[in-house]
Amino acid sequence: MSNIIVLVKQVPDTNARIVLSGDRVDLSAVKKVMSPYDEFAVETALQHREANGGEVTAITVGDAGADKVLKDAKAIGVDHIVRIDSSESLDSNALQTVLASVVKSMNANVVYCGKSAADTGAGSTGPGLAERLGWASVSNSISVSFGEQLSVITPSAGGNARYNVPLPAVVSCDKGDMKVRKPNVKGIMQAKRAKVDVQTVDAPASTVSVVSHSMPPAKPAGKSYEGGAAAAEVAQLLRDEANVI
Amino acid sequence: MSETIVIAEIVKGAVHSTTAELITAAQALGSQPVVIVPCTDAGTADGASEMSGASRIIAAKSDVFANYDAAGWAAAIDAVAPSGVIVASASPQSKDLAARIAARRGISVVQDVVKIDGHNLTSPIYSGKAMQTVALSGDAVLTVRPNVFDAAPSGGSTEISVVDTTGDMATAVQEFMARASSRLDVAEANIIISGGRGMGSPDNFVHLESIADTLGAAVGASRAAVDTWESIPHSMQVGQTGKTVNPNLYIAVGISGAIQHLAGMRSSKYIVAINKDADAPIFQHADYGIVATWEEALPVLQSTLSSMMA
Ligand SMILES: Cc1cc2nc3c(=O)[nH]c(=O)nc-3n(C[C@H](O)[C@H](O)[C@H](O)COP(=O)(O)OP(=O)(O)OC[C@H]3O[C@@H](n4cnc5c(N)ncnc54)[C@H](O)[C@@H]3O)c2cc1C
Ligand SMILES: Nc1ncnc2c1ncn2[C@@H]1O[C@H](COP(=O)(O)O)[C@@H](O)[C@H]1O
Repeated sequence: MSNIIVLVKQVPDTNARIVLSGDRVDLSAVKKVMSPYDEFAVETALQHREANGGEVTAITVGDAGADKVLKDAKAIGVDHIVRIDSSESLDSNALQTVLASVVKSMNANVVYCGKSAADTGAGSTGPGLAERLGWASVSNSISVSFGEQLSVITPSAGGNARYNVPLPAVVSCDKGDMKVRKPNVKGIMQAKRAKVDVQTVDAPASTVSVVSHSMPPAKPAGKSYEGGAAAAEVAQLLRDEANVI
Repeated sequence: MSETIVIAEIVKGAVHSTTAELITAAQALGSQPVVIVPCTDAGTADGASEMSGASRIIAAKSDVFANYDAAGWAAAIDAVAPSGVIVASASPQSKDLAARIAARRGISVVQDVVKIDGHNLTSPIYSGKAMQTVALSGDAVLTVRPNVFDAAPSGGSTEISVVDTTGDMATAVQEFMARASSRLDVAEANIIISGGRGMGSPDNFVHLESIADTLGAAVGASRAAVDTWESIPHSMQVGQTGKTVNPNLYIAVGISGAIQHLAGMRSSKYIVAINKDADAPIFQHADYGIVATWEEALPVLQSTLSSMMA
Protein backbone atom coordinates (compact mmCIF):
# COMPACT_ATOMS: atom_id res chain seq x y z
CA MET A 1 0.00 0.00 0.00
CA SER A 2 1.40 3.29 -0.98
CA ASN A 3 0.76 6.74 0.34
CA ILE A 4 1.10 8.80 -2.81
CA ILE A 5 1.22 12.59 -3.01
CA VAL A 6 0.84 14.71 -6.10
CA LEU A 7 1.52 18.45 -6.19
CA VAL A 8 -0.76 20.55 -8.36
CA LYS A 9 -0.56 24.26 -9.03
CA GLN A 10 -3.06 26.64 -10.49
CA VAL A 11 -1.65 28.83 -13.25
CA PRO A 12 -2.98 31.12 -16.00
CA ASP A 13 -4.24 29.24 -19.05
CA THR A 14 -1.27 28.96 -21.39
CA ASN A 15 -3.35 30.53 -24.16
CA ALA A 16 -4.01 33.62 -22.04
CA ARG A 17 -2.55 36.97 -22.87
CA ILE A 18 -0.52 38.32 -19.98
CA VAL A 19 -1.02 42.04 -19.33
CA LEU A 20 0.56 44.48 -16.91
CA SER A 21 -1.09 46.92 -14.61
CA GLY A 22 1.62 49.33 -13.53
CA ASP A 23 4.69 47.24 -12.89
CA ARG A 24 2.85 44.04 -11.95
CA VAL A 25 1.16 41.42 -14.06
CA ASP A 26 -2.61 41.64 -13.81
CA LEU A 27 -4.17 38.20 -13.79
CA SER A 28 -7.65 39.29 -12.76
CA ALA A 29 -9.18 38.59 -16.16
CA VAL A 30 -7.25 35.43 -16.85
CA LYS A 31 -8.69 31.90 -16.79
CA LYS A 32 -6.80 29.61 -14.38
CA VAL A 33 -6.03 25.96 -15.05
CA MET A 34 -3.94 23.14 -13.67
CA SER A 35 -0.33 23.65 -14.76
CA PRO A 36 0.06 21.39 -17.83
CA TYR A 37 2.85 19.17 -16.48
CA ASP A 38 0.91 18.60 -13.28
CA GLU A 39 -1.62 16.69 -15.39
CA PHE A 40 1.16 14.18 -16.11
CA ALA A 41 2.05 14.09 -12.41
CA VAL A 42 -1.59 13.30 -11.53
CA GLU A 43 -1.72 10.58 -14.20
CA THR A 44 1.52 9.05 -12.92
CA ALA A 45 0.24 9.12 -9.34
CA LEU A 46 -2.97 7.34 -10.38
CA GLN A 47 -0.97 4.73 -12.30
CA HIS A 48 1.18 4.21 -9.21
CA ARG A 49 -1.98 3.60 -7.14
CA GLU A 50 -3.27 1.12 -9.74
CA ALA A 51 0.03 -0.77 -9.76
CA ASN A 52 0.78 -0.86 -6.03
CA GLY A 53 -2.47 -0.02 -4.25
CA GLY A 54 -2.79 2.86 -1.83
CA GLU A 55 -4.22 6.34 -1.86
CA VAL A 56 -3.40 9.53 -3.70
CA THR A 57 -3.49 12.95 -2.04
CA ALA A 58 -3.27 16.09 -4.15
CA ILE A 59 -1.73 19.12 -2.45
CA THR A 60 -1.66 22.71 -3.55
CA VAL A 61 -0.24 25.80 -1.88
CA GLY A 62 -2.42 28.83 -2.49
CA ASP A 63 -5.44 30.85 -1.49
CA ALA A 64 -9.08 29.73 -1.60
CA GLY A 65 -9.22 30.42 -5.33
CA ALA A 66 -6.84 27.49 -5.79
CA ASP A 67 -9.42 25.00 -4.51
CA LYS A 68 -10.55 24.61 -8.11
CA VAL A 69 -7.31 22.92 -9.14
CA LEU A 70 -7.83 20.42 -6.31
CA LYS A 71 -11.39 19.74 -7.44
CA ASP A 72 -10.04 19.15 -10.93
CA ALA A 73 -7.58 16.62 -9.53
CA LYS A 74 -10.38 15.00 -7.52
CA ALA A 75 -12.54 14.72 -10.64
CA ILE A 76 -9.71 12.87 -12.40
CA GLY A 77 -9.49 10.40 -9.53
CA VAL A 78 -7.32 11.40 -6.56
CA ASP A 79 -8.61 10.32 -3.14
CA HIS A 80 -7.86 13.32 -0.93
CA ILE A 81 -7.32 17.02 -1.53
CA VAL A 82 -5.29 19.34 0.68
CA ARG A 83 -4.68 23.06 0.38
CA ILE A 84 -1.90 24.70 2.33
CA ASP A 85 -3.32 28.15 2.83
CA SER A 86 -1.15 30.97 1.58
CA SER A 87 -1.96 34.23 -0.10
CA GLU A 88 1.56 35.58 -0.30
CA SER A 89 4.09 34.96 -3.00
CA LEU A 90 6.55 32.53 -1.47
CA ASP A 91 10.12 32.17 -2.64
CA SER A 92 11.40 28.65 -3.32
CA ASN A 93 12.77 28.29 0.20
CA ALA A 94 9.47 29.24 1.83
CA LEU A 95 7.34 27.15 -0.55
CA GLN A 96 9.46 24.03 -0.14
CA THR A 97 9.63 24.45 3.62
CA VAL A 98 5.85 24.41 3.99
CA LEU A 99 5.49 21.54 1.53
CA ALA A 100 8.16 19.53 3.34
CA SER A 101 6.45 19.99 6.68
CA VAL A 102 3.09 18.77 5.36
CA VAL A 103 4.56 15.87 3.38
CA LYS A 104 6.49 14.77 6.48
CA SER A 105 3.32 14.79 8.57
CA MET A 106 1.61 12.51 6.04
CA ASN A 107 4.00 9.58 6.10
CA ALA A 108 4.17 9.47 2.33
CA ASN A 109 6.20 7.09 0.15
CA VAL A 110 6.36 9.15 -2.97
CA VAL A 111 5.64 12.64 -4.31
CA TYR A 112 4.93 13.39 -7.95
CA CYS A 113 5.00 16.94 -9.32
CA GLY A 114 5.28 18.72 -12.65
CA LYS A 115 8.71 19.19 -14.20
CA SER A 116 8.09 22.93 -14.07
CA ALA A 117 5.13 25.16 -13.37
CA ALA A 118 3.79 27.10 -16.34
CA ASP A 119 4.08 30.41 -14.51
CA THR A 120 7.56 30.15 -12.96
CA GLY A 121 9.06 27.73 -15.47
CA ALA A 122 11.51 26.98 -12.68
CA GLY A 123 11.58 23.24 -12.05
CA SER A 124 12.84 23.88 -8.52
CA THR A 125 10.12 22.41 -6.35
CA GLY A 126 10.61 18.67 -6.93
CA PRO A 127 14.36 18.45 -6.33
CA GLY A 128 14.25 21.09 -3.58
CA LEU A 129 11.49 19.28 -1.70
CA ALA A 130 13.36 15.97 -2.01
CA GLU A 131 16.51 17.49 -0.54
CA ARG A 132 14.57 18.89 2.41
CA LEU A 133 13.02 15.47 3.05
CA GLY A 134 16.32 13.65 2.54
CA TRP A 135 14.73 11.66 -0.27
CA ALA A 136 15.90 10.55 -3.70
CA SER A 137 14.69 12.56 -6.67
CA VAL A 138 14.58 12.37 -10.41
CA SER A 139 13.51 15.28 -12.58
CA ASN A 140 11.93 15.38 -16.03
CA SER A 141 10.69 11.79 -15.97
CA ILE A 142 9.26 10.63 -19.29
CA SER A 143 8.25 7.17 -18.03
CA VAL A 144 7.84 5.52 -14.63
CA SER A 145 7.42 1.81 -13.85
CA PHE A 146 6.35 0.80 -10.38
CA GLY A 147 7.73 -1.90 -8.11
CA GLU A 148 9.63 -2.10 -4.82
CA GLN A 149 11.62 0.72 -6.35
CA LEU A 150 10.67 2.99 -9.18
CA SER A 151 12.30 2.65 -12.54
CA VAL A 152 12.33 6.08 -14.17
CA ILE A 153 13.45 7.15 -17.63
CA THR A 154 14.74 10.68 -18.16
CA PRO A 155 16.54 12.39 -21.03
CA SER A 156 20.31 12.50 -20.61
CA ALA A 157 23.18 13.59 -22.83
CA GLY A 158 23.05 11.56 -26.03
CA GLY A 159 19.81 9.71 -25.29
CA ASN A 160 17.81 8.57 -22.30
CA ALA A 161 18.85 7.06 -18.98
CA ARG A 162 16.90 4.59 -16.88
CA TYR A 163 17.30 5.18 -13.16
CA ASN A 164 16.59 2.87 -10.28
CA VAL A 165 14.93 5.09 -7.70
CA PRO A 166 14.51 3.78 -4.16
CA LEU A 167 11.47 5.02 -2.24
CA PRO A 168 10.72 7.43 -0.70
CA ALA A 169 11.35 9.71 -3.64
CA VAL A 170 10.17 12.80 -5.49
CA VAL A 171 9.67 12.47 -9.23
CA SER A 172 9.01 15.50 -11.44
CA CYS A 173 7.07 14.59 -14.55
CA ASP A 174 7.45 15.54 -18.20
CA LYS A 175 5.00 14.42 -20.85
CA GLY A 176 6.75 11.47 -22.43
CA ASP A 177 4.35 9.28 -24.35
CA MET A 178 1.73 9.53 -21.64
CA LYS A 179 -1.96 9.92 -22.33
CA VAL A 180 -3.76 11.52 -19.42
CA ARG A 181 -7.23 10.38 -18.39
CA LYS A 182 -10.05 12.90 -18.39
CA PRO A 183 -12.60 13.33 -15.61
CA ASN A 184 -15.80 11.31 -16.01
CA VAL A 185 -19.28 12.32 -14.86
CA LYS A 186 -19.02 10.36 -11.61
CA GLY A 187 -15.68 12.00 -10.85
CA ILE A 188 -17.05 15.45 -11.50
CA MET A 189 -20.00 14.80 -9.17
CA GLN A 190 -17.70 13.50 -6.44
CA ALA A 191 -15.42 16.49 -6.86
CA LYS A 192 -18.33 18.86 -6.35
CA ARG A 193 -19.08 17.33 -2.98
CA ALA A 194 -15.47 16.81 -1.91
CA LYS A 195 -14.17 18.84 1.01
CA VAL A 196 -10.81 20.51 0.78
CA ASP A 197 -8.65 19.84 3.82
CA VAL A 198 -7.21 23.32 4.48
CA GLN A 199 -4.00 23.43 6.51
CA THR A 200 -1.99 26.37 7.77
CA VAL A 201 1.76 26.18 8.10
CA ASP A 202 4.18 28.94 9.09
CA ALA A 203 6.42 29.92 6.21
CA PRO A 204 9.88 31.40 6.72
CA ALA A 205 10.37 34.94 5.42
CA SER A 206 11.26 35.12 1.75
CA THR A 207 14.72 36.42 0.86
CA VAL A 208 13.82 36.74 -2.80
CA SER A 209 11.23 39.45 -3.31
CA VAL A 210 9.54 40.56 -6.49
CA VAL A 211 10.59 44.07 -7.52
CA SER A 212 8.67 44.42 -10.75
CA HIS A 213 7.18 42.72 -13.77
CA SER A 214 7.68 43.91 -17.30
CA MET A 215 6.95 42.88 -20.85
CA PRO A 216 9.74 41.08 -22.69
CA PRO A 217 11.94 43.54 -24.57
CA ALA A 218 10.44 44.08 -28.01
CA LYS A 219 12.48 42.54 -30.75
CA PRO A 220 13.48 44.96 -33.47
CA ALA A 221 11.45 44.20 -36.57
CA GLY A 222 13.19 41.54 -38.58
CA LYS A 223 13.98 41.49 -42.27
CA SER A 224 11.44 39.87 -44.49
CA TYR A 225 11.72 38.35 -47.92
CA GLU A 226 9.39 36.92 -50.54
CA GLY A 227 10.20 33.73 -52.39
CA GLY A 228 12.46 30.79 -51.73
CA ALA A 229 15.42 32.27 -53.59
CA ALA A 230 15.89 34.68 -50.68
CA ALA A 231 17.11 31.75 -48.60
CA ALA A 232 20.54 32.27 -50.19
CA GLU A 233 20.73 35.83 -48.95
CA VAL A 234 19.48 34.85 -45.51
CA ALA A 235 22.13 32.13 -45.23
CA GLN A 236 24.79 34.69 -46.05
CA LEU A 237 23.41 37.15 -43.47
CA LEU A 238 23.42 34.45 -40.82
CA ARG A 239 27.16 34.34 -41.30
CA ASP A 240 28.01 37.99 -42.01
CA GLU A 241 25.48 39.88 -39.92
CA ALA A 242 24.28 37.52 -37.19
CA ASN A 243 27.54 35.63 -36.90
CA VAL A 244 25.83 32.40 -35.91
CA ILE A 245 27.09 29.96 -38.52
CA MET B 1 33.15 38.66 2.87
CA SER B 2 31.19 35.94 1.20
CA GLU B 3 32.32 34.71 -2.16
CA THR B 4 30.61 34.14 -5.47
CA ILE B 5 30.74 30.58 -6.69
CA VAL B 6 30.37 29.17 -10.18
CA ILE B 7 29.54 25.52 -10.73
CA ALA B 8 31.19 24.59 -14.01
CA GLU B 9 28.81 23.12 -16.56
CA ILE B 10 29.89 19.55 -17.29
CA VAL B 11 28.75 17.93 -20.52
CA LYS B 12 29.93 14.40 -21.31
CA GLY B 13 32.70 14.62 -18.73
CA ALA B 14 34.20 17.91 -19.97
CA VAL B 15 33.92 21.54 -18.93
CA HIS B 16 31.43 23.11 -21.34
CA SER B 17 32.10 26.49 -22.93
CA THR B 18 29.01 28.06 -21.27
CA THR B 19 31.05 27.99 -18.06
CA ALA B 20 32.80 31.14 -19.35
CA GLU B 21 29.39 32.85 -19.51
CA LEU B 22 28.72 31.82 -15.91
CA ILE B 23 31.95 33.55 -14.86
CA THR B 24 30.75 36.79 -16.48
CA ALA B 25 27.36 36.47 -14.77
CA ALA B 26 29.03 35.85 -11.40
CA GLN B 27 31.25 38.91 -11.87
CA ALA B 28 28.13 40.99 -12.40
CA LEU B 29 27.22 40.10 -8.82
CA GLY B 30 30.34 41.84 -7.64
CA SER B 31 33.36 39.61 -7.37
CA GLN B 32 35.66 37.23 -9.15
CA PRO B 33 34.11 33.84 -8.61
CA VAL B 34 35.47 30.57 -7.32
CA VAL B 35 34.85 28.00 -10.03
CA ILE B 36 33.99 24.49 -8.85
CA VAL B 37 34.54 21.73 -11.37
CA PRO B 38 32.74 18.50 -10.43
CA CYS B 39 34.92 15.71 -11.82
CA THR B 40 36.12 12.15 -11.43
CA ASP B 41 39.56 13.09 -12.70
CA ALA B 42 41.13 16.42 -11.71
CA GLY B 43 42.44 16.85 -15.26
CA THR B 44 38.91 17.82 -16.25
CA ALA B 45 39.39 21.16 -14.47
CA ASP B 46 42.13 22.15 -16.95
CA GLY B 47 39.24 22.99 -19.27
CA ALA B 48 38.29 25.86 -16.97
CA SER B 49 41.72 27.27 -16.21
CA GLU B 50 42.09 29.23 -19.44
CA MET B 51 38.83 31.06 -18.82
CA SER B 52 39.86 34.38 -17.33
CA GLY B 53 38.09 36.14 -14.49
CA ALA B 54 37.95 33.42 -11.84
CA SER B 55 39.73 33.93 -8.52
CA ARG B 56 40.48 30.25 -8.14
CA ILE B 57 39.36 26.86 -9.38
CA ILE B 58 38.46 23.92 -7.20
CA ALA B 59 38.54 20.55 -8.90
CA ALA B 60 35.96 18.74 -6.77
CA LYS B 61 36.98 15.14 -7.29
CA SER B 62 34.65 12.25 -6.55
CA ASP B 63 33.39 9.01 -8.03
CA VAL B 64 29.92 10.43 -7.42
CA PHE B 65 30.38 12.57 -10.52
CA ALA B 66 30.61 9.57 -12.86
CA ASN B 67 26.83 9.58 -13.34
CA TYR B 68 24.31 12.24 -12.49
CA ASP B 69 22.42 11.85 -9.24
CA ALA B 70 20.92 15.00 -7.80
CA ALA B 71 21.35 14.04 -4.15
CA GLY B 72 24.93 12.80 -4.47
CA TRP B 73 26.07 15.73 -6.59
CA ALA B 74 24.44 18.32 -4.34
CA ALA B 75 26.06 16.85 -1.23
CA ALA B 76 29.49 16.56 -2.82
CA ILE B 77 29.43 20.12 -4.21
CA ASP B 78 27.95 21.61 -1.04
CA ALA B 79 30.81 20.11 0.93
CA VAL B 80 33.48 22.00 -1.03
CA ALA B 81 31.69 25.24 -1.94
CA PRO B 82 32.20 28.24 0.32
CA SER B 83 29.12 30.17 1.37
CA GLY B 84 27.88 32.88 -0.95
CA VAL B 85 25.82 33.25 -4.07
CA ILE B 86 26.17 30.25 -6.37
CA VAL B 87 25.80 30.50 -10.15
CA ALA B 88 25.12 27.52 -12.43
CA SER B 89 23.86 27.02 -15.96
CA ALA B 90 20.12 26.87 -16.69
CA SER B 91 20.47 23.47 -18.36
CA PRO B 92 17.94 20.84 -17.25
CA GLN B 93 20.52 18.98 -15.17
CA SER B 94 22.04 22.06 -13.56
CA LYS B 95 18.63 23.56 -12.75
CA ASP B 96 17.84 20.34 -10.90
CA LEU B 97 21.20 20.43 -9.11
CA ALA B 98 20.83 24.14 -8.26
CA ALA B 99 17.45 23.53 -6.63
CA ARG B 100 18.93 20.71 -4.55
CA ILE B 101 21.95 22.68 -3.40
CA ALA B 102 19.77 25.65 -2.47
CA ALA B 103 17.44 23.42 -0.45
CA ARG B 104 20.42 21.79 1.23
CA ARG B 105 21.62 25.19 2.37
CA GLY B 106 18.14 26.40 3.26
CA ILE B 107 18.35 29.23 0.75
CA SER B 108 16.34 30.11 -2.34
CA VAL B 109 16.96 29.35 -5.96
CA VAL B 110 16.27 31.70 -8.86
CA GLN B 111 16.18 29.91 -12.22
CA ASP B 112 16.74 31.09 -15.79
CA VAL B 113 18.27 34.47 -15.03
CA VAL B 114 18.80 36.59 -18.15
CA LYS B 115 19.85 39.89 -16.54
CA ILE B 116 21.80 40.81 -13.43
CA ASP B 117 21.79 44.36 -12.13
CA GLY B 118 23.40 44.57 -8.71
CA HIS B 119 21.24 42.30 -6.59
CA ASN B 120 18.29 42.49 -8.96
CA LEU B 121 17.79 39.46 -11.16
CA THR B 122 15.47 39.19 -14.14
CA SER B 123 13.99 35.95 -15.49
CA PRO B 124 11.21 35.12 -17.92
CA ILE B 125 7.86 34.07 -16.42
CA TYR B 126 4.69 32.74 -18.05
CA SER B 127 6.86 31.01 -20.66
CA GLY B 128 8.49 34.27 -21.68
CA LYS B 129 5.26 36.24 -22.01
CA ALA B 130 6.51 38.53 -19.22
CA MET B 131 9.69 39.17 -17.26
CA GLN B 132 10.10 39.20 -13.50
CA THR B 133 12.74 41.12 -11.60
CA VAL B 134 13.48 39.99 -8.06
CA ALA B 135 15.79 41.37 -5.39
CA LEU B 136 18.05 39.09 -3.37
CA SER B 137 18.48 39.79 0.31
CA GLY B 138 20.69 36.88 1.19
CA ASP B 139 22.61 34.04 -0.37
CA ALA B 140 20.89 32.16 -3.17
CA VAL B 141 21.61 29.78 -6.00
CA LEU B 142 21.03 31.16 -9.50
CA THR B 143 20.94 29.51 -12.86
CA VAL B 144 21.61 31.64 -15.92
CA ARG B 145 20.38 31.02 -19.44
CA PRO B 146 22.99 30.08 -22.01
CA ASN B 147 23.80 32.51 -24.85
CA VAL B 148 22.79 35.56 -22.81
CA PHE B 149 25.95 36.67 -21.00
CA ASP B 150 29.17 37.24 -22.90
CA ALA B 151 31.78 34.56 -22.35
CA ALA B 152 34.70 35.56 -20.14
CA PRO B 153 37.70 35.87 -22.44
CA SER B 154 40.15 33.01 -22.72
CA GLY B 155 43.84 33.43 -22.00
CA GLY B 156 43.63 33.02 -18.24
CA SER B 157 45.68 30.52 -16.27
CA THR B 158 43.86 30.29 -12.99
CA GLU B 159 45.38 27.99 -10.43
CA ILE B 160 43.56 24.75 -9.69
CA SER B 161 43.35 23.13 -6.28
CA VAL B 162 42.13 19.56 -6.10
CA VAL B 163 39.76 18.66 -3.28
CA ASP B 164 38.38 15.18 -2.70
CA THR B 165 34.72 15.10 -1.86
CA THR B 166 31.88 12.66 -1.63
CA GLY B 167 28.15 12.36 -1.22
CA ASP B 168 25.60 9.58 -0.87
CA MET B 169 24.05 8.61 -4.17
CA ALA B 170 20.29 8.18 -3.91
CA THR B 171 19.57 6.79 -7.38
CA ALA B 172 21.49 4.48 -9.67
CA VAL B 173 21.66 4.48 -13.44
CA GLN B 174 20.56 1.11 -14.79
CA GLU B 175 21.15 1.74 -18.45
CA PHE B 176 21.76 4.39 -21.03
CA MET B 177 19.65 4.22 -24.14
CA ALA B 178 21.65 6.07 -26.77
CA ARG B 179 19.70 7.84 -29.43
CA ALA B 180 19.57 5.94 -32.67
CA SER B 181 20.90 8.90 -34.62
CA SER B 182 24.10 10.69 -33.75
CA ARG B 183 22.33 13.98 -34.27
CA LEU B 184 22.13 16.32 -31.31
CA ASP B 185 19.09 16.65 -29.11
CA VAL B 186 17.33 20.03 -29.27
CA ALA B 187 18.18 20.61 -25.61
CA GLU B 188 21.89 20.34 -26.38
CA ALA B 189 22.16 22.15 -29.68
CA ASN B 190 23.30 25.66 -30.51
CA ILE B 191 21.46 25.58 -33.82
CA ILE B 192 18.02 24.03 -34.26
CA ILE B 193 15.94 23.56 -37.38
CA SER B 194 12.36 22.63 -36.62
CA GLY B 195 9.50 21.47 -38.78
CA GLY B 196 5.79 21.87 -38.27
CA ARG B 197 2.61 20.58 -39.80
CA GLY B 198 3.46 22.61 -42.89
CA MET B 199 6.10 19.99 -43.73
CA GLY B 200 3.18 17.93 -45.02
CA SER B 201 4.57 14.53 -44.14
CA PRO B 202 7.18 13.13 -41.75
CA ASP B 203 9.15 11.90 -44.77
CA ASN B 204 9.86 15.51 -45.65
CA PHE B 205 11.84 15.93 -42.44
CA VAL B 206 14.82 14.47 -44.35
CA HIS B 207 15.24 17.93 -45.86
CA LEU B 208 15.55 19.39 -42.36
CA GLU B 209 17.89 16.60 -41.34
CA SER B 210 20.27 17.21 -44.18
CA ILE B 211 20.47 20.92 -43.35
CA ALA B 212 20.97 19.97 -39.70
CA ASP B 213 23.87 17.74 -40.72
CA THR B 214 25.44 20.57 -42.68
CA LEU B 215 25.19 22.93 -39.71
CA GLY B 216 25.78 20.48 -36.87
CA ALA B 217 22.27 21.32 -35.75
CA ALA B 218 19.46 19.47 -34.02
CA VAL B 219 16.08 18.83 -35.61
CA GLY B 220 13.02 19.91 -33.64
CA ALA B 221 9.29 19.85 -34.25
CA SER B 222 6.06 21.56 -33.32
CA ARG B 223 3.47 19.75 -31.30
CA ALA B 224 1.21 19.48 -34.33
CA ALA B 225 3.98 17.54 -36.08
CA VAL B 226 4.61 15.31 -33.06
CA ASP B 227 0.92 14.63 -32.52
CA THR B 228 0.12 14.03 -36.17
CA TRP B 229 3.04 11.80 -37.14
CA GLU B 230 4.06 8.82 -35.09
CA SER B 231 7.62 8.82 -36.42
CA ILE B 232 8.27 12.29 -34.97
CA PRO B 233 8.95 11.60 -31.26
CA HIS B 234 7.94 13.87 -28.40
CA SER B 235 11.63 14.29 -27.55
CA MET B 236 11.83 16.57 -30.61
CA GLN B 237 8.99 18.81 -29.48
CA VAL B 238 9.79 22.44 -28.74
CA GLY B 239 7.36 24.51 -26.69
CA GLN B 240 5.19 24.73 -23.64
CA THR B 241 4.79 20.97 -23.28
CA GLY B 242 8.01 20.15 -25.06
CA LYS B 243 11.50 21.50 -24.53
CA THR B 244 12.52 25.08 -23.84
CA VAL B 245 15.50 25.90 -25.98
CA ASN B 246 17.94 28.83 -26.16
CA PRO B 247 20.02 28.26 -29.24
CA ASN B 248 21.99 30.89 -31.13
CA LEU B 249 19.91 30.12 -34.20
CA TYR B 250 16.41 28.67 -34.52
CA ILE B 251 15.01 27.96 -37.98
CA ALA B 252 11.23 27.35 -37.99
CA VAL B 253 9.91 25.71 -41.14
CA GLY B 254 6.18 25.29 -41.76
CA ILE B 255 5.43 26.34 -38.18
CA SER B 256 2.70 28.91 -37.58
CA GLY B 257 4.15 30.30 -34.33
CA ALA B 258 1.41 29.48 -31.83
CA ILE B 259 1.94 30.96 -28.38
CA GLN B 260 2.80 27.53 -26.94
CA HIS B 261 5.47 26.99 -29.57
CA LEU B 262 6.90 30.46 -28.99
CA ALA B 263 7.05 29.64 -25.29
CA GLY B 264 9.79 27.14 -26.02
CA MET B 265 11.93 29.08 -28.45
CA ARG B 266 11.27 32.81 -28.35
CA SER B 267 14.46 33.56 -26.44
CA SER B 268 16.61 32.08 -29.22
CA LYS B 269 19.25 34.61 -30.23
CA TYR B 270 18.32 34.58 -33.93
CA ILE B 271 15.13 33.23 -35.45
CA VAL B 272 14.58 32.40 -39.10
CA ALA B 273 11.05 31.58 -40.26
CA ILE B 274 10.07 29.91 -43.51
CA ASN B 275 6.32 29.86 -44.04
CA LYS B 276 4.08 30.23 -47.06
CA ASP B 277 1.61 32.40 -45.15
CA ALA B 278 2.84 35.99 -44.82
CA ASP B 279 0.47 36.48 -41.88
CA ALA B 280 1.79 33.56 -39.82
CA PRO B 281 2.50 34.85 -36.27
CA ILE B 282 5.99 33.35 -36.34
CA PHE B 283 7.08 36.20 -38.63
CA GLN B 284 6.54 38.72 -35.82
CA HIS B 285 9.34 37.01 -33.94
CA ALA B 286 11.68 36.30 -36.82
CA ASP B 287 14.91 38.16 -37.43
CA TYR B 288 14.80 36.82 -40.97
CA GLY B 289 11.45 35.85 -42.41
CA ILE B 290 11.06 34.12 -45.75
CA VAL B 291 7.55 33.97 -47.17
CA ALA B 292 7.79 30.88 -49.33
CA THR B 293 6.95 27.21 -49.30
CA TRP B 294 9.64 24.98 -47.84
CA GLU B 295 9.68 23.15 -51.17
CA GLU B 296 11.01 26.36 -52.69
CA ALA B 297 13.21 27.63 -49.88
CA LEU B 298 14.93 24.58 -48.39
CA PRO B 299 16.83 23.47 -51.50
CA VAL B 300 18.25 26.98 -51.87
CA LEU B 301 19.11 27.12 -48.17
CA GLN B 302 20.75 23.69 -48.35
CA SER B 303 22.89 24.45 -51.36
CA THR B 304 23.98 27.86 -50.07
CA LEU B 305 24.88 26.46 -46.66
CA SER B 306 26.70 23.49 -48.18
CA SER B 307 28.95 25.75 -50.20
CA MET B 308 29.46 28.13 -47.28
CA MET B 309 30.39 25.36 -44.87
CA ALA B 310 32.57 23.51 -47.38
C1 LIG C 1 -1.68 23.16 -23.35
C2 LIG C 1 -1.09 23.25 -24.73
C3 LIG C 1 0.26 22.96 -24.87
C4 LIG C 1 0.86 23.04 -26.14
N1 LIG C 1 2.20 22.79 -26.23
C5 LIG C 1 2.80 22.94 -27.43
C6 LIG C 1 4.21 22.74 -27.58
O1 LIG C 1 4.91 22.38 -26.63
N2 LIG C 1 4.76 22.95 -28.78
C7 LIG C 1 4.04 23.32 -29.88
O2 LIG C 1 4.64 23.49 -30.96
N3 LIG C 1 2.72 23.47 -29.78
C8 LIG C 1 2.07 23.29 -28.60
N4 LIG C 1 0.73 23.43 -28.53
C9 LIG C 1 -0.03 23.50 -29.80
C10 LIG C 1 -0.06 24.86 -30.44
O3 LIG C 1 -1.17 25.58 -29.93
C11 LIG C 1 -0.22 24.74 -31.98
O4 LIG C 1 -1.36 23.96 -32.27
C12 LIG C 1 0.98 24.09 -32.68
O5 LIG C 1 2.18 24.71 -32.27
C13 LIG C 1 0.81 24.22 -34.18
O6 LIG C 1 1.85 23.56 -34.83
P1 LIG C 1 2.27 23.96 -36.31
O7 LIG C 1 2.69 25.38 -36.32
O8 LIG C 1 3.24 22.96 -36.79
O9 LIG C 1 0.93 23.72 -37.13
P2 LIG C 1 -0.09 24.73 -37.79
O10 LIG C 1 -0.57 25.72 -36.82
O11 LIG C 1 -1.04 23.89 -38.52
O12 LIG C 1 0.79 25.55 -38.83
C14 LIG C 1 1.35 25.03 -39.99
C15 LIG C 1 2.03 26.17 -40.71
O13 LIG C 1 2.70 25.67 -41.85
C16 LIG C 1 2.52 26.59 -42.92
N5 LIG C 1 2.67 25.84 -44.15
C17 LIG C 1 1.80 24.95 -44.71
N6 LIG C 1 2.33 24.41 -45.83
C18 LIG C 1 3.56 24.96 -45.98
C19 LIG C 1 4.60 24.79 -46.94
N7 LIG C 1 4.48 23.95 -47.96
N8 LIG C 1 5.72 25.53 -46.78
C20 LIG C 1 5.86 26.41 -45.74
N9 LIG C 1 4.89 26.60 -44.82
C21 LIG C 1 3.78 25.87 -44.93
C22 LIG C 1 1.16 27.17 -42.71
O14 LIG C 1 1.06 28.46 -43.32
C23 LIG C 1 1.07 27.26 -41.19
O15 LIG C 1 1.51 28.52 -40.69
C24 LIG C 1 0.09 23.36 -27.28
C25 LIG C 1 -1.26 23.63 -27.13
C26 LIG C 1 -1.86 23.58 -25.88
C27 LIG C 1 -3.33 23.90 -25.76
N1 LIG D 1 2.14 26.54 -5.04
C1 LIG D 1 2.25 25.25 -5.40
N2 LIG D 1 1.34 24.34 -4.97
C2 LIG D 1 1.42 23.04 -5.32
N3 LIG D 1 2.39 22.55 -6.11
C3 LIG D 1 3.32 23.40 -6.57
C4 LIG D 1 3.32 24.79 -6.24
N4 LIG D 1 4.36 25.36 -6.85
C5 LIG D 1 4.99 24.37 -7.54
N5 LIG D 1 4.36 23.20 -7.37
C6 LIG D 1 4.69 21.88 -7.98
O1 LIG D 1 6.04 21.90 -8.39
C7 LIG D 1 6.14 21.81 -9.80
C8 LIG D 1 7.28 22.63 -10.31
O2 LIG D 1 7.08 24.00 -9.99
P1 LIG D 1 8.25 25.06 -10.16
O3 LIG D 1 9.37 24.61 -9.29
O4 LIG D 1 7.66 26.37 -9.75
O5 LIG D 1 8.61 25.03 -11.62
C9 LIG D 1 4.78 22.23 -10.31
O6 LIG D 1 4.52 21.67 -11.59
C10 LIG D 1 3.87 21.65 -9.23
O7 LIG D 1 3.70 20.26 -9.40
